Amino acid sequence: MIAATLQNIGTWALGLFENLGRASIFFGKIIAAIPHTLTRPRLIIKEIYSIGVLSLTIIVVSGLFVGMVLGLQGYITLVDFGAEESLGVVVAMTLVRELGPVVTALLFAGRAGSALAAEIGLMKATEQLSSMEMMAVDPVKRIITPRFIGGFISVPLLTAIFTAVGILGGRLVGVGLLGIDEGSYWSQMQANVDLIDDVANGMIKGVVFAIACVWIALYKGYDAMPTAEGISLATTHTVVNSALAVLGLDFILTALMFGNV
Amino acid sequence: MESIVQIRDLHFTRGPRKIFNGISLDIRANQVTAFMGPSGSGKTTLLKLIGGQLKPEKGTVQVFGEDIHNVDQNTLYAVRKQMGMLFQSGALLTDLNVFENVAFPLREHTQLPEQIMRDLVLLKLEAVGLRGARKLMPSQLSGGMARRVALARAIVLDPSMIMYDEPFTGLDPITKGTIVTLIKELNESMGLTSVIVSHDVDETLSIADYIYVISEGEIVEFGTPDDLVTSSSEWMQQFLQGLPDGPVPFHYPSDNFKEDLLVGR
Repeated sequence: MIAATLQNIGTWALGLFENLGRASIFFGKIIAAIPHTLTRPRLIIKEIYSIGVLSLTIIVVSGLFVGMVLGLQGYITLVDFGAEESLGVVVAMTLVRELGPVVTALLFAGRAGSALAAEIGLMKATEQLSSMEMMAVDPVKRIITPRFIGGFISVPLLTAIFTAVGILGGRLVGVGLLGIDEGSYWSQMQANVDLIDDVANGMIKGVVFAIACVWIALYKGYDAMPTAEGISLATTHTVVNSALAVLGLDFILTALMFGNV
Repeated sequence: MESIVQIRDLHFTRGPRKIFNGISLDIRANQVTAFMGPSGSGKTTLLKLIGGQLKPEKGTVQVFGEDIHNVDQNTLYAVRKQMGMLFQSGALLTDLNVFENVAFPLREHTQLPEQIMRDLVLLKLEAVGLRGARKLMPSQLSGGMARRVALARAIVLDPSMIMYDEPFTGLDPITKGTIVTLIKELNESMGLTSVIVSHDVDETLSIADYIYVISEGEIVEFGTPDDLVTSSSEWMQQFLQGLPDGPVPFHYPSDNFKEDLLVGR
């Protein structure tokens, strides 16, 4: 019984490390292919469109609602202390430091990450990647790396858009509906949100989450079993692993940036 | 005659199953060589071994004088530029239309002006009879059309050798005839070396110059189509005539039927 349990744990651990090893080698190949891919900007622009531009709707709508909810909840709490004039800084800090990068990355994993994994998995199942190899075209250079760079550029930009729209959503509720002074909303934000400590750190989070989400999505697609079940598993694992990676990395980054750890 | 591919003592295992158990063979230039055998006998695997997509446990595969499994990626890709491969599904890139699919290898490997590239693509599409379908997407093509487009793509770089993976499977008789004619004509007009993997007996016998029959990891017969047709091997005759029973039994190994029915009575 104990031996069987230990054996199961051992098998699981071996599988985990093998998977991590393969994912790391895959990441290394992507990094090595970046200089080659940068010479073909058209491929990258196409991916920025399909990964980034087509994600704009969900990012803008979500950002607006998250900002509106923050404005409402912030007002309800602050008004008890007569500090409702600080609503702008509360909304901005929350979005810039945390919700902007995290929610954008989670939405990206659900919308674009799952699509990337399914697309690559299906290309594998229908022998498109094999046919490229036989045409002496490296799929990592031609298919994978443009998507990686596209995601790397898109996610931080989507994060900035999500945050900006969220701040406008907070203003819509705070100033437009609840009657907070507009000057206070913006001036308190301007006085308290620091370009380096808050905005730059938030963007660094966006970049790190971008690398994690795109890497996971591309690896899961590339490593998928070439069957319907394999592709279904790859998309599921992409969303689950990306969400866990984003939340785990967020804690680490927050501790490093703001926790004086 | 010069051998383009030389396979020596090839061993390959997938999971617990031994696919090849020390096979050796040659593929000669300017001939149509066919690999035949039952489903699951490793014919497609052999193509992937020749293309360097799979690595053998033991043995060597020399393609155009290079040991394909012991070369760097640049040499491997240089060898692959000299070979085209037609996949069973066609394996067209689904986000590109017919024209762009055929133009794909040219765009990746050459810096040709757009006009010359257009002319080359149209020439190849004309050769397979699909110049008029250049704007269609792969999802709008029938199985036979997709294979013809894939064939145009496989020959666009003017390779020396083309490998066909089950080119006749799942096609209606007219399309099958079209593919047979195309393979034969391309081989002659372009001076190609063709390698065909198939278990369609009539079509393969009609175009192959030399045939290797593979079963259970070994080459069980080889020779010209006439040699195989007149072979005295019972197995070979069962395979060629498609007989349901013979050396390859109809029944999967099992216990005595009568005893099986009486179990529990």
